[in-house]
Amino acid sequence: MADVNRGNRPLSPHLQVYRLPLVAIISIMTRITGVGMVLSSIFVVWWFVAGAYSPDYFATADWLLSSWIGKLVLIVSLWALWFHFANGIRHFFFDLGKGLELPSVQRSNWYVIGASVVLTVLTLFLV
Amino acid sequence: MVQLTLPKNSKIRTGKTWPKPAGATKLRTFRIYRWSPDDGENPRVDTYFVDMDSCGPMVLDALIKIKNEIDPTLTFRRSCREGICGSCAMNIDGRNTLACIFGMDEVKGDVKIYPLPHMPVVKDLIPDLTHFYAQHESIMPWLETKTNTPAKEWKQSIEDRSKLDGLYECVMCACCSTSCPSYWWNGDRYLGPAALLHAYRWIIDSRDEITGQRLDELHDPFKLYRCHTIMNCTSTCPKGLNPAKAIAEIKKMMVERVV
Repeated sequence: MADVNRGNRPLSPHLQVYRLPLVAIISIMTRITGVGMVLSSIFVVWWFVAGAYSPDYFATADWLLSSWIGKLVLIVSLWALWFHFANGIRHFFFDLGKGLELPSVQRSNWYVIGASVVLTVLTLFLV
Repeated sequence: MVQLTLPKNSKIRTGKTWPKPAGATKLRTFRIYRWSPDDGENPRVDTYFVDMDSCGPMVLDALIKIKNEIDPTLTFRRSCREGICGSCAMNIDGRNTLACIFGMDEVKGDVKIYPLPHMPVVKDLIPDLTHFYAQHESIMPWLETKTNTPAKEWKQSIEDRSKLDGLYECVMCACCSTSCPSYWWNGDRYLGPAALLHAYRWIIDSRDEITGQRLDELHDPFKLYRCHTIMNCTSTCPKGLNPAKAIAEIKKMMVERVV
């Protein structure tokens, strides 16, 4: 055998060059929204704890939560909840072996995105 | 393990820009990943210009033209030039496909070409597929029987044969497995879409007699269940097959077995 350099082979680029299809972006967003909701639920729990601790502490926490930045976090979390929910439902169908053909996936991509937006807006106005 | 960035020895530098062919009017720019095991340098991306008036329509036509007329050191695998052998699998314009059946008219702007993602590079556009082939072998891609061999052949009804449609056409080009983020992060233990599609092809073959054993082998948190239905495999398959569906069917059989 010829003397071949096998030890220092580079790893070919992956995320750096791959154009992820929409369905893959929705998939990773489902992970991110899942982790995000855990973080924002800690935020809400902190608000409850503050309420149980003292009126002063609650006032501080409540001020932060109802400031524009707090509201933004909560609205994004609300969207995250519905997005995670909508794609979760789609995964039930995937696990049943349904809707896995590409044209069907490309349609359900937009159902997931549409449902997450519509449900977020409905929750904001109705609740 | 998930590692979002490239290791130090794999970071890509800007490479050489090769001269434009003289007298050409319709030029197309190609940006191609280069790495040689001989010079101890990091990978780079070279720029080539190809005269479209004297070039065939497929990306492989351009690669062969570059190798013939501009840079004979450019290295890539190719053989049948009609999507049957699976040799020229590479990452073109951000998607894995076969260079021989992928038209340049499908790419807007510069044509960017990299080896199949997240693989050790042997040279330029050639990935090391040793592990990929070993995984294929591990699912026993052959007919296993226990009953006595029939006098003539192992027969199969037309209906049972049709269950193999959409599976037997796989040419093992590795486009799907190397498009899969789960395979990128856990390819050492996750079998990946190609091997699992082949596993399913033998699981549902009516003539095969070790279906239970095949399912037992796959009953593993990594081998099968690292598939999270990201669908990159099906999105990228140059043969239009559906590995994600094959994997979903295996998962269903796993459940049906215990309930």
